[in-house]
Amino acid sequence: MSSIRRVSFWSWLWLLLGALYFLLPLYGTFDFSLRATRGTLSLTAYTNALTDPEFLRTFTFSLRMAVITIVASILLIVPTAYWVHLRLPHLRPLIEFITLLPFVIPAIVLVFGVIKLYSRPVAVAGIDVVPPLTNSVLGTNVLLVGGYVVLALPYMYRAVDTGLRSMDVRTLTEAAQSLGANWLTILVRVILPNLRTALLSGALLTFATVIGELTLATFLARPAFGPYLALLGNHKTYEPSALAIISFGITWAAMGVIQAISRGNTGQFAAGR
Amino acid sequence: MASKLSVSPPLRSRVWTWLGLAPFFLFAIALLILPSMSLFIGSFQDSAGAFTLNNLRNLIQPNILDAYWLSIRVSAVTALGGGVLGFLIAYAITLGYAPRWVRSILTTFSGVASNFAGVPLAFAFVSTLGRTGFVTVLLDGLGLDLYRSGFNLYSFAGLSLTYMYFQFPLMVLMMIPALEGLKREWREAADNLGATDTQYWRLIGLPILLPSILGAMILLFGNAFGAYATALALTGGRINLVTILIGAQIRGDVLHDPNLGYALAFGMVIIMALSIALYSWLQRRAERWLR
Repeated sequence: MSSIRRVSFWSWLWLLLGALYFLLPLYGTFDFSLRATRGTLSLTAYTNALTDPEFLRTFTFSLRMAVITIVASILLIVPTAYWVHLRLPHLRPLIEFITLLPFVIPAIVLVFGVIKLYSRPVAVAGIDVVPPLTNSVLGTNVLLVGGYVVLALPYMYRAVDTGLRSMDVRTLTEAAQSLGANWLTILVRVILPNLRTALLSGALLTFATVIGELTLATFLARPAFGPYLALLGNHKTYEPSALAIISFGITWAAMGVIQAISRGNTGQFAAGR
Repeated sequence: MASKLSVSPPLRSRVWTWLGLAPFFLFAIALLILPSMSLFIGSFQDSAGAFTLNNLRNLIQPNILDAYWLSIRVSAVTALGGGVLGFLIAYAITLGYAPRWVRSILTTFSGVASNFAGVPLAFAFVSTLGRTGFVTVLLDGLGLDLYRSGFNLYSFAGLSLTYMYFQFPLMVLMMIPALEGLKREWREAADNLGATDTQYWRLIGLPILLPSILGAMILLFGNAFGAYATALALTGGRINLVTILIGAQIRGDVLHDPNLGYALAFGMVIIMALSIALYSWLQRRAERWLR
């Protein structure tokens, strides 16, 4: 005999447990962050944290890196995914395999390999093709952005791929070509506008990942927000929890926007552990 | 151009087609393949650059084996715990017929929580379960001294608890589509033939869901195994995980042998690769039922 389709006691129990697990740490952190001034609840920790010049410096650095990463990812992935869709669909498994590699090679191993490889010149057949990138600030920043693009690769590619699947790439391309468009025009004026939702989702996820990222930034010795946060945790008591709440707020805002625009697209993986 | 003729396209056009993927391949080579190969080769070299298997042999020392074992244990525990809890919550959301608002809130929250890892998460748990944390003080007020009864946030248990915060939302997000893939027709057919709830789950539901569940748990395992920032921020590097050990090695020669460090990283990649391979295989088996 089938059971009546109502919400059972057990379902509510698990939901309650889940909600508790989610909310308790957040509430605890929030409560903790309000106790900087002895005896009363105040926003002192927040004002201290936000007015720290180091906070501004590292946060804007991470912000800049995030924007550059997003632009670089779009420039790299959109043409690639488009090309695979259009001309080389049989290569899709290979490309998807490559986008799985960032899971196989976690950030700590990636940064280890990158430092090992690029602290000396990279030679091809005896000729120095790439100078030692870790010796210069620009070179290290390039490595940092490259690493971030790698971390974001799975999500960005999946977002763009999903977006491309929802439009008739072949027809749009042929129509544009018949009107005399070249490849650049097709990409910029036909494909990109139709990928707005997908790109926004990918961009927000990348943003959330890069802002708090610790591993790459620490070992490449860049003044990013993640290492600043970690350092703060060693010196201060209340400011770290204030910044944790702010971080959470930023992540929630980003995810909320993604949810709103992608109509409940679930199954996003996560990064930046 | 769109139709498939029996004549293959001219060589020039084929080269052009492949060239379109060049940037992507170059990027993957420069920032994924070459760094990994560099580590791979380094694990088979000694300090002079000659080929040796000594590094692999030296992996078998107590400090390193302990690190691997601890990482495996933490990952397995959080994969199992997060997996079970995540599955039950996903079940409550989908088949438990939770109201719509519960579902959308929990889905958003899962998306946020699965990304809320690293340093902020560690701070959140210190603020909650640390020595002067919110819950610790609360329980103290109720008469239960958490730390005196042996609990310590900066330990295996505390780390696992912290990891679970991003593990089980990830499971929820992965299980919702899988649970929704259970067609109602199957349930109705089973009911028509007189099956009880238990029989349905035992003979139909769980067997179909098993590849998805196992695959997702394996992904959770890999997720925890590769985690660095959270563990570092929580324990200050005092806990002996493989990722922490690699981090210490990058900073300074704590293993007294850089090539051993490369072997350590290489060993980690092997474990992750096996996890991802297993996950992919299980995903493909799970997708059989989606047709």
